[in-house]
Amino acid sequence: MKLDAKIPAGSLEDKWRKYRSTVNLVAPNNKRRIEVIVVGTGLAGASAAASLGELGYHVKAFTFHDSPRRAHSIAAQGGINAAKNYSNDGDSVYRLFYDTVKGGDYRSREANVYRLAEVSVDIIDQCVAQGVPFAREYGGLLENRSFGGVQVSRTFYARGQTGQQLLIGAYQSLSRQISLGTVEMFNRHEMLDLVLIDGKARGIIARNLVTGKLERHAAHAVILATGGYGNVYYLSTNAMNCNVTAAWRAVQRGAMMANPCFTQIHPTCIPVSGAYQSKLTLMSESLRNDGRVWVPKKKEDVEGIRQGTLSPVDIKEEDRDYYLERRYPAFGNLVPRDVASRAAKQVCDDGFGVNKSGLAVYLDFASAIERYGKSQAHQQGLDSSDKNLVRKLGEKVVEQKYGNLFEMYEKITGTNPYKSPMMIYPAVHYTMGGLWVDYNLETNVPGLFALGECNFSDHGANRLGASALMQGLADGYFVIPYTIGPFLSGEIRTPAIKTDAPEFEEAENATRARLEKLMSIGGSRSVESFHRELGLIMWDYCGMSRNAEGLNTARQKIRALREEYWKDVFVPGSMDDYNPELEKAARVADFMELGELMIVDALNRNESCGGHFREEYQTPEGEALRDDANYTYVSVWDWKGDADPQLYKEELKFENIELKTRSYK
Amino acid sequence: MKLTLKIWRQKSAQTKGAFESYQVDANEHMSFLEMLDVLNEGLVEKRQEPVAFEHDCREGICGTCNLVINGRPHGPLPGTTTCQLHMRHFKEGETIVIEPYRAQAFPVIKDLVVDRSPLDRIIQSGGFISVNTGQAPDGNAIPIEKDVASRAFDAAACIGCGACVAACPNGSAMLFTSAKVSHLALLPQGEVEHNRRVVSMVHQMDKEGFGMCSNIKACEVECPKEISVTNIARMNRQYFSAMIGSDEK
Ligand SMILES: Cc1cc2nc3c(=O)[nH]c(=O)nc-3n(C[C@H](O)[C@H](O)[C@H](O)COP(=O)(O)OP(=O)(O)OC[C@H]3O[C@@H](n4cnc5c(N)ncnc54)[C@H](O)[C@@H]3O)c2cc1C
Ligand code: SF4
Ligand code: FES
Repeated sequence: MKLDAKIPAGSLEDKWRKYRSTVNLVAPNNKRRIEVIVVGTGLAGASAAASLGELGYHVKAFTFHDSPRRAHSIAAQGGINAAKNYSNDGDSVYRLFYDTVKGGDYRSREANVYRLAEVSVDIIDQCVAQGVPFAREYGGLLENRSFGGVQVSRTFYARGQTGQQLLIGAYQSLSRQISLGTVEMFNRHEMLDLVLIDGKARGIIARNLVTGKLERHAAHAVILATGGYGNVYYLSTNAMNCNVTAAWRAVQRGAMMANPCFTQIHPTCIPVSGAYQSKLTLMSESLRNDGRVWVPKKKEDVEGIRQGTLSPVDIKEEDRDYYLERRYPAFGNLVPRDVASRAAKQVCDDGFGVNKSGLAVYLDFASAIERYGKSQAHQQGLDSSDKNLVRKLGEKVVEQKYGNLFEMYEKITGTNPYKSPMMIYPAVHYTMGGLWVDYNLETNVPGLFALGECNFSDHGANRLGASALMQGLADGYFVIPYTIGPFLSGEIRTPAIKTDAPEFEEAENATRARLEKLMSIGGSRSVESFHRELGLIMWDYCGMSRNAEGLNTARQKIRALREEYWKDVFVPGSMDDYNPELEKAARVADFMELGELMIVDALNRNESCGGHFREEYQTPEGEALRDDANYTYVSVWDWKGDADPQLYKEELKFENIELKTRSYK
Repeated sequence: MKLTLKIWRQKSAQTKGAFESYQVDANEHMSFLEMLDVLNEGLVEKRQEPVAFEHDCREGICGTCNLVINGRPHGPLPGTTTCQLHMRHFKEGETIVIEPYRAQAFPVIKDLVVDRSPLDRIIQSGGFISVNTGQAPDGNAIPIEKDVASRAFDAAACIGCGACVAACPNGSAMLFTSAKVSHLALLPQGEVEHNRRVVSMVHQMDKEGFGMCSNIKACEVECPKEISVTNIARMNRQYFSAMIGSDEK
């Protein structure tokens, strides 16, 4: 099979503009007769469903949540990027494009990323018009801050709840279309299979999670906006119910996964506290604007801290190793996530971790509090040598900027981060890999589109902070309404798809058989225990650093675990009822296969790039060593069940950016 | 720490429910939901059906978790969702009563899971700004006073959890609805259609079977996002002025 990315001809700057003015459209009278299924109502899905509804398509939107507003996007904290250059600090569409390609370690598609940077500016306008209460300056204009891996301030934010406010904006637009009847909303419905007719995506099988009934839903095209698969690691910053099932069911029907091993490990999360732990909590990257990362220089201080005889505030300035500032003076604490995470792992592996498990470093706000406090005292004409006063004023500024994050930290850990530095450690956060899509965001299955985190498209081997929200909304509001045109304009004569087609029958039966099988095993172990074990294998061998030997071991382990799963899992309750255990069981079954594919992908990529760090390929200083001559391609995998998956390569051509060793020094 | 849990079990909306008692061994670092995970894993091991409860983000932002703990929606702490509540706030040997929201408009689906879709329908009735994708002017075209944006944010912080309804003896959804009305009405973008919005949302609220507001203010006390009852006053004012000025009486 030949993979065609369908990148339009012309210069980088012209591609999208020309595409938009020449792409085939569907006339309004035809739109009314065309049905589109959108699975997922996160930023990508809600914005797509609303925009397609506005255009006049008949949309059916699905979510397994009880309301579209609960999608995992709601939890995004830090912000959303846009090349507005409101800060007048030299930002531009080109710079955002460049930063994203470089940040992704040169493993993304130029044309897609450029388009993303171009539409980023429209997103902010749209969100403001919807009533998103972004942070503002005293003059009433929008305020920006910085995120990692860049040297401009282009991140728009709404306190520490940017994702919530953006999703509520999209949800409200979606709600408006629901009230107008253009979008039909199916809450508490989980897609469990994709239906293909004559090779085209024509519908889904969904389980009504309240009644347990399997339902058939047909449409002219299917859009998946079902989020990322970080929960394959069991512990991650993702919401508990995030899963890969929709995408993986599509893979079973012939769609292909691209770069599945590209996982983002976020450097600033609250460390694991015990075996019962169900998830990890992110402390937003925005904190690295003001927080300084360090560990003690001396082992005896580390010991003292672990034993509780020393407190971090007792450790003198000269006895602290601000290792990011030391190693990466140009970017300091704001190096990209992959770099910051690996550096934290290294100091902890060297024995400098500051909690009992040795897996934590400090994120310290004392200098920021002092700096802000002094500046406030100065502004208000107060005594800037009064330490207590300065502290109080400084804490107030920090509270305004990060109050909810500090509060969240204190709720979870029981310690006050204004008084003592936060303890943080890297955790699984985001998956750059996903369904392979072309420039139209269409998978290799005609009529099947993938949006948001569930596709692989824009972030290469590492995503920059505040770019996922941008991508989700770009895909949904500004890209798919155009790029679905080429497919749907060929379908205007296709009558409504009927759910009594044999393909629906087959898919429904297959889904039922799969669920029946899970229910009938009646083994001795809980789904949760299997998921936890799978997560540990993935984290140990396919996590922050990987090597061939470990990956081979992991593949064997996962295969064995999968076999055991299908023999020994126990799913209580009934199929014809509300049954969260059954939902989980079907999702974990899919994670077990995806995990293996991630390992195969990591094994194939004999280089280190972005979040993918192969120990065999590093510089003497321990930095990632890319191999552009042999690996400047997207790995696109055709899953073949128990046989080896087949690899297709989409070569990446860089015509506008010169490939360089990524340096943040 | 050893705890006794009295948990409401109910098979479906059609069947009657009852409390059942369980023993669980927790530790103080666990979150409340992790404590329930431990209970559930134990039940599964004993081949019994686990307790159904809803949750997702476990960070206090998605609004999915919704337990009534010892009679209080989201438990004893102010400004805290169930998922953010940690076991260090409970005592060794304590008995904890866990129930679903009790409100006419929120029927039980199973055990501790209720149907909160009426809240979605209130938003669908008008809780939005009518702007299509691509119609927006530049984001900085209309400056908004920092303080105004900040107040709009305070109202927009509502997570749609429905605790305000569960807390209210009348089962009223005034706090939820007024938070949305305020968020949008405070901003210049939303002000344009605020008359239509407030009338339509209030009517939908009544249609869904939510009770009247009689100024008890339990909603504000239990709201995990500390949404203020001043929003209710604002909504009432806007509603009356819209009704006087409108012809859709
Ligand atoms: C804690 C945290 C903080 C973050 N902060 C930021 C940030 O500050 N800036 C940034 O840019 N990015 C951030 N991210 C990343 C970003 O939030 C996500 O990548 C993004 O929101 C994903 O959006 P989405 O629309 O693709 O998917 P999601 O929001 O995950 O939505 C998926 C949707 O699909 C539905 N679904 C899935 N499977 C099925 C199925 N089988 N059947 C039916 N429905 C299904 C779900 O119900 C849901 O509606 C953060 C991520 C985390 C974990
Ligand atoms: S107002 Fe408060 S209690 Fe009510 S739904 Fe919103 S966040 Fe929950
Ligand atoms: S689980 Fe999301 S708010 Fe509690």
